Amino acid sequence: MAQPAIRVRDVTMAYRDFVLMRDLAFDIQQSDIFVIMGGSGCGKSTLLRHFIGLKEPAKGEIFFGDVNFTTAEKDARDAILRKIGVLFQSGALYSSLTLAENVGLPIEEYVPELSPAEVREICSLKLALVGLNGFEDFYPSEISGGMRKRAGLARALALDPEILCIDEPSAGLDPISSKLLDELILELRDSLGTTVVIVTHELASIFDIATTSVFLDVNTRTMTALGPPRELRDHSPDSAVREFLNRGVVPGGVQ
Amino acid sequence: MAQLSYDATELGDWDSALLTFLVRVTSRAAEHGVEENRAGLPEGVRGLLRLSEAVSTKDDAGRGSSEKRFVTRVGLTTIEVTHGAHDMLVYLGEVAVALLRFVTGRASYRRADFWLAIQQAGVEAAPIVALVSFLMGVILAFVGAIQLQQFGAAIYVADLVGIAMVRDISALMTGIVMAGRSGAAYAAEIGSMQVNEEIDALTTIGVSPIEFLVLPRILALILMMPLLTIVSDAVSILGGMLVGVTMLDQSFIAYYLQTAGAVSLAHLIPGLIKGTVYGAIVGMAGCLRGMQSGRSSLAVGAAATSAVVTSIVLIIAAAGVFSVMSYRLGI
Repeated sequence: MAQPAIRVRDVTMAYRDFVLMRDLAFDIQQSDIFVIMGGSGCGKSTLLRHFIGLKEPAKGEIFFGDVNFTTAEKDARDAILRKIGVLFQSGALYSSLTLAENVGLPIEEYVPELSPAEVREICSLKLALVGLNGFEDFYPSEISGGMRKRAGLARALALDPEILCIDEPSAGLDPISSKLLDELILELRDSLGTTVVIVTHELASIFDIATTSVFLDVNTRTMTALGPPRELRDHSPDSAVREFLNRGVVPGGVQ
Repeated sequence: MAQLSYDATELGDWDSALLTFLVRVTSRAAEHGVEENRAGLPEGVRGLLRLSEAVSTKDDAGRGSSEKRFVTRVGLTTIEVTHGAHDMLVYLGEVAVALLRFVTGRASYRRADFWLAIQQAGVEAAPIVALVSFLMGVILAFVGAIQLQQFGAAIYVADLVGIAMVRDISALMTGIVMAGRSGAAYAAEIGSMQVNEEIDALTTIGVSPIEFLVLPRILALILMMPLLTIVSDAVSILGGMLVGVTMLDQSFIAYYLQTAGAVSLAHLIPGLIKGTVYGAIVGMAGCLRGMQSGRSSLAVGAAATSAVVTSIVLIIAAAGVFSVMSYRLGI
């Protein structure tokens, strides 16, 4: 088996004195669609922020391939971050730039030798990938929430990332758009081999696309399950996990 | 054992008031060890009561309402202030590095953003600066005239208005107007970008938010403030002139010559330096508060307020330092 794309080793996440999650340890395999799930406020998004360098673990380390991201110098970190695309919950498009300029921003930053015309061409391609061809010169405020999210995905894909981090892909989307986004993610994984890390608690989406998942339990403040979501739903020894994956209804359970 | 039972046969409509009453009764009953029999209550009421009791109060959810002791509060405030000072130093360092990268041409920012900031802090700010300065000129002339007329020295109103405005007050007023205008706008803009995760997004795509967002705004203010100060100087002298000519029976030429004789480069240049410094203060305070903003709409409002307060306090402090400096140096 190839080397895992991301390895999380005994990570404790904390805001100053407040420990959010402790002893997180798991691997994310290459080309996996890895879902971080858990109840509201358990620290799913915070864990994702650790992967993209916006927050440091209070304890423990995160490895990308065989590079220790937590202790790496700035240059090594930048080299890793360049390979990660991030889609934030609201899209986080920069509002004074058009969609094409938004997608072009990371390209201009990391590949300055490209000519404006070449950048523009890549932007159009990425926007077309997410079904937004023709919207290059629109501003984020002129398009709908679902489109903004897709444009955010186009920006995340701008540098052909090896790892794609997505925070709550279905938040604020109607079921059909959310389903389309899921299919898009699957398609991208299949054609590019991208490793995808998703934070979500949308069950339909979890069962549709996740290959592996980790469950963060808000009560015990640590991870309580790791594995394919369907298996966890039916066979997890932890009733909280089964309850979560069955929308609170545990067949033959204590509830 | 005593038992509490209800009879609700006469009960017509009911709402939450009944429920709060029943909750109170229940807790009273529990206190006194009285058993409660809810059979007499309507089904809906029983359902809602069950629902409200389904989850017992979380032990650690209650906010400690106990008053913190004085010493504790002093300690906490001290820690907070030190953190604030530390953050400000870090930010100053980052801005300095960004400026250095700008000078060496390596800073990544968008020209268009820079020109937009120039427009917003320059041309668009000029009318309000001109209005405030004109009125300041008029007010100073009136205040001066009352005193100077007693000595028959009303012509010296021109000196008073010219020197006071050009040396000090133009820069100060422009700084304060810009703090309310641009400083607050910067804090609100950057703060709402913080709410919208745009700053995080910039960081993760390798763009420094300081270079991309803060630098063009601070530079725009540093470049535009001296120009606005000159506008303010000119308009305030016009204001003084209006009073001089219409109320004090001075001739236009006499007022002009008196002003030209009084105001020199030795007054203009310190005024421009002050204006530039105030511009830097407003830009930095506005952007700092925006970057520090929390992730809610409430926090963005607080950031804007704090930006204005910080700017004005720092401007006044700087003005004090400038006065002492020029007194000591004899300029």
